[in-house]
Amino acid sequence: MANTDAMIGWKTITFGCHVMEPGSSVKFRTGDWRSQRPVIDKEKCIKCGMCWIYCPDMAYTQTEDGFFEVNLEYCKGCGICAHECPKNAITMVPEEG
Amino acid sequence: MAKRVGIEVSIALAEAVKLANVDVIPAYPITPQTHIVEHLSEVVANGEVDAEFIPVESEHAAMSCCCGSSAAGARTFTSTSSQGLLLMSEILFIPGPMRFPIVMAVVNRALSAPISIWNDHQDIMSQRDIGWIQTFADTGQEAFDLTLHAFRVAEDRRVSLPMIVNLDGFTLSHVVEAVELLSQEEVDQYLPPFKPRYRLDPRKPITMGPVGMPEVYSEARVAHNEALKASRRVILQGWKEFADLFGRQYNSVETYRSEDAEVLLVTMGSISDTAMTAIDTMRDKGQKAGLVKIRLWRPFPGPEFRKAAGKAKILAVVDRCLAPGAICGPVGAELRSLFYKVPGAPKIFNFIAGLGGRDVTVGRFEEMVDKASAFAKKRPKELYEVIGVREK
Repeated sequence: MANTDAMIGWKTITFGCHVMEPGSSVKFRTGDWRSQRPVIDKEKCIKCGMCWIYCPDMAYTQTEDGFFEVNLEYCKGCGICAHECPKNAITMVPEEG
Repeated sequence: MAKRVGIEVSIALAEAVKLANVDVIPAYPITPQTHIVEHLSEVVANGEVDAEFIPVESEHAAMSCCCGSSAAGARTFTSTSSQGLLLMSEILFIPGPMRFPIVMAVVNRALSAPISIWNDHQDIMSQRDIGWIQTFADTGQEAFDLTLHAFRVAEDRRVSLPMIVNLDGFTLSHVVEAVELLSQEEVDQYLPPFKPRYRLDPRKPITMGPVGMPEVYSEARVAHNEALKASRRVILQGWKEFADLFGRQYNSVETYRSEDAEVLLVTMGSISDTAMTAIDTMRDKGQKAGLVKIRLWRPFPGPEFRKAAGKAKILAVVDRCLAPGAICGPVGAELRSLFYKVPGAPKIFNFIAGLGGRDVTVGRFEEMVDKASAFAKKRPKELYEVIGVREK
């Protein structure tokens, strides 16, 4: 857990614990929960976009050359992309440390 | 102008909700609350108030609807009893920390098993820590007045917390009393329109009810608790302004013939009236007995109670709730904590009375005062006694 001493207190927390800024969840980097990461083999990839469709965190984006890449700041390492890939082009690799 | 009428207390309370110009009433009927929501559905259907009456499928849905409508900025009321309150339980803990000023009348009734539709306080005591402001009405006039007070206090921007008005099932809710109904102009003078600090609005989106990670959960809960404690000032101010306008002054705790009393009965709700009669009877016999009635249960008015108890040597605390396996009843435990190690504190004895509609008579109150006096000389084995219970 983060150092809680440096964080917001009960007097400064927002009214009702509301989040006043819309769409701010993008700032919450969920990738640090990950215990394994997807590694994409471009030799096997047919650019079908199944990983992009199935990713529950919308961590995949398509690059200019048509391949897909994963944003590890939001990838939780669930492995759905690897499971759904019709060409087994994605391997889940344990995170170090 | 106010009009004094003979009216069933449930209907009087519903009239207060109507006069408060309520916006949304999600409700599910349950005995003995039924007459309140029945009357409200009628006045909505008749167009007497511009409100949505939502006949929900359960109390769980009722309280969920209340949270939604309050979040959207609508003045919201519901009412329930007993098992219905318990079915709401999951949601009841939510509007407090989220600061939704829902007003609810809880018509107090016993809990199953065995099934009982009659009055005691076990329903609300099981939900004691939901983080709502809670008052207890003693009379029909109080039920009417406290309902208006509840909207006024709950919606005050300094408070913005949900509020319950408790009234005893049948013994208060179903009796016909003389009640002074305020006029619309008078209520409008006392109760301004609801202007929430924040509300759900697509033009200005915010998120209500996010996850509280371990880093922030404690702070969120403490912020709610502090808001609840700080509501005390507004609660008192709400009563003072009510008195200034309409002449009836309410306080967190009330006393009756307590000045020189050695033994004080402590009550909440409609049994207080019988207790007053008992005090008169005992005073006639030369006993120095008095009464303290708790009107504000949460936030608990500690300083006011200590002042009200004065120099009394013995408190005979009446609980309408049996807390199985506990040291004593909830009101008894509260007062024991309040007076723990306070110099000159009174001795406190706890009586569990009037469970599941059992009458608490003048004679029973006299018995409690006599027993408390005897216990002060010879300490009993247990800190509470269920009064009038048969053994064989």
